[in-house]
Amino acid sequence: MTLLDQLPIAPVVIPAVTAPLTMLLMRRHARAAAALSLGGCVAMLVTACALFAVAQDGAIRSYALGAWPAPFGIVLVLDRLAALMLVLAALLATLVLGHALVTAADRRGWHFHPMFHFQLMGLNGAFLTGDLFNLFVFFEVLLIASYGLMLHGQGALRMKAGVAYVVVNIVGSALFLIALGLLYGLTATLNMADLAVRVAALGAADQGLLRVAGLLLMVVFGLKAAVVPLHLWLPRTYAATMPVVAALFAIMTKVGVYAMIRTVPLIFGAQAGAAAWVPAPYLLPAAILGAIVGFVGVLAARGMREQAAFAVLASTGTLLMAVASWRAATLAAALYYMVQAVLAGAALFLVADVTMRRRGPYADALAPSPRFAGQDAAGLLYLAAAIGVVGLPPLAGFVGKLLILDASFAVPGWPAIWTTILVTTLIGVIGFSRGGSTLFWKASAADADPIACPARSRAEFIAPALLLATLAALTVAAGWATAHARATAAQVMTPGLYVTAILGAAR
Amino acid sequence: MSLEFLVASAIAVLVAGGIFLALRGRTFQVVLGLTLLSYAVNLFLFASGRLIVDRPPLYAQGVTAHADPLPQALVLTAIVITFAMTALTVILSLRSYLESGSDQVDGVADHESEEPA
Repeated sequence: MTLLDQLPIAPVVIPAVTAPLTMLLMRRHARAAAALSLGGCVAMLVTACALFAVAQDGAIRSYALGAWPAPFGIVLVLDRLAALMLVLAALLATLVLGHALVTAADRRGWHFHPMFHFQLMGLNGAFLTGDLFNLFVFFEVLLIASYGLMLHGQGALRMKAGVAYVVVNIVGSALFLIALGLLYGLTATLNMADLAVRVAALGAADQGLLRVAGLLLMVVFGLKAAVVPLHLWLPRTYAATMPVVAALFAIMTKVGVYAMIRTVPLIFGAQAGAAAWVPAPYLLPAAILGAIVGFVGVLAARGMREQAAFAVLASTGTLLMAVASWRAATLAAALYYMVQAVLAGAALFLVADVTMRRRGPYADALAPSPRFAGQDAAGLLYLAAAIGVVGLPPLAGFVGKLLILDASFAVPGWPAIWTTILVTTLIGVIGFSRGGSTLFWKASAADADPIACPARSRAEFIAPALLLATLAALTVAAGWATAHARATAAQVMTPGLYVTAILGAAR
Repeated sequence: MSLEFLVASAIAVLVAGGIFLALRGRTFQVVLGLTLLSYAVNLFLFASGRLIVDRPPLYAQGVTAHADPLPQALVLTAIVITFAMTALTVILSLRSYLESGSDQVDGVADHESEEPA
C-alpha cells in the first residue's frame, strides 16, 4: 500500500492529532500552540487539495478501516463531491483561523484551538464517511465541538442562546437515531452503498416504513441545514456567538445540505420504489420560504451579525431551490453556488467582526455612529461581501444565481424559482444598502468626536479580503469551476458507480 | 400480551413523556424530557434488530441461533453520546441559570415575563 492509498484518512487524523497537542501546549506556550494549530490547518488544506487532484480521474475510492471490507467494515469514501467539500472546509478553516489569531479571538478562553480542530475533524469525517451511523457519530463530534466554540468567550446572552442551540440539536440527534433504527430494521445494514442495493429490493409491505425513515432523515438534515420551518435556532445562535466562530459555522449548515445530496440520489433515488425522491415535494416550498425568510430577515436585522445570520439562511434556501429538483444540471449549479455562498457568508461575518472591533460601544448595531478608524476599508469590504452574498456582478454569487436560473428553466416549478430568486435578490439588495448606508455613510455625517478605540492592526482586514479574493477568483475561473461542478453532479446522480466502487462489481 | 406490544408501548410512553417535558419552559424539565427521549431512542434502536429472547449475540458453545449483535453496538455508542450530551445540557443550564438568574429556557426571568397586574 502506498502513501497515496492512505491519504483519505488524513483529513480525519490530522485534526485528531493537532487538537490534543494544541490543548497540551495552550496554557504554557500559547504562541507554539497557535503555530501548531495553523500548521494543522495548512496541512489539512494541502491534503484536501491532493485528494481533490486524486479524485479528478472520476474514480470513487473507498478506504476500508482495519482492512475490513464493506458492508461489514467501516469505509471512508472519496469521490468528487467529498473532495470538493474537504477543500472548501480546509480553505475556510485556514482563513478563519488566521483571522482568529490576528484578532486574538483564540485567547478569550482556553480551548479555542482544540475545539476548532475537533470541529474540523467532525466536518471532514462527515464528508468522507460511507456509513450512515458514522455520519451520525461525526455529526455529534462536529456538534459537541460547535457547542464549545459557540460558548467561547462566554457572556449571559451566549449562554441563553447556547441552551436553545444544544437542546434543538439533541432532539435532532434523537430523530436521527430513530431514522437509523428504522432503516436498520428494514434493511439490516447502515452502509450507504449496501443500503442503496437493499432499499431497491424491499418488498411492498415495507414501503410505508421506508418513506417514514427517509422523511425523518430529511427532517434531521433539514434541521442541521436550518431549512424553514426548522430554522428558528439559527439567527439567535449565530448572532450571539463570536463572528469568527460564526464564520466557521457558515459551512455547518451546508453539511446538512451535503448529507441530503449524498443520501437522496444514492439511497432514495429513482430505484427506491415508493420512497423514490422522498423529500422532493416538501423541499422546494421549504427552500422558497427559506430564501424569503432569509432575505426579509436581512432587511429587518438590527445588527450586522444578525444580518449575516439571516444571509446564511437565505443562501441555504437559494441553494436548496436548485437541489430540490434532483437533476444533474440543477445540482451542478447548486454545487457552484454552495462554494461561493459559504465563502461569502463567512466573509460577511468577518467584516462584521472587524467593524465591531472598531466601533467600540456601538458594536455591531445597525445605527449611525461617529466616525471610527478604518471605516473606509471596513465599508469597502462590507460592500464587496454584500455583493457576494446577494449575488450581484462581478462576484461569484451572480454567476451562481445565473447558473441556478438557467438550469432550473427545465424544471416544472421554474416560475416559482425564478420569481423567488429575482424578488429575494432585490429584497437583499435593499437590506444590505440600508445596512451599509446606516453603518458607513450616515456615520460620517454625524459630527460627534471620532470613536476613540484602541489601535487595531491593519492585518485584521487580510482574512476577509482573502475570502473575497477567492470569490473573485471563483468568478474568473467560473468555466473551470462549472465544468468541475457538472462532473461532480453527474457522478452523484449515478448511484450505480458508488455502489460498484464500494461493494465490488459482484452486486 | 406479546413482548412486541410491551416494548412498543414502553417506547411510546417514553416518547410522549419526553416530548411533553422537552416542550416545557424550564431547563430542568427540558433536561428530563431529553433524557426520557434518549431512553426511548435507545430502546427503539435495540429493538431494530428484532426482539429475540435467550439467544447470544456472538458466540456460545452449542448454540446455533444468534441475535443480531450490531444494534447492541449501535445502542452502546448512542448511549455514550446522548449521556454526554445530557451532562453538557445540565452544566449549560446551570451556568445559564447562574448568569441570567432564571431557569427559563429563553432566559427571561419570571418577574419580567409576567404581565403587570
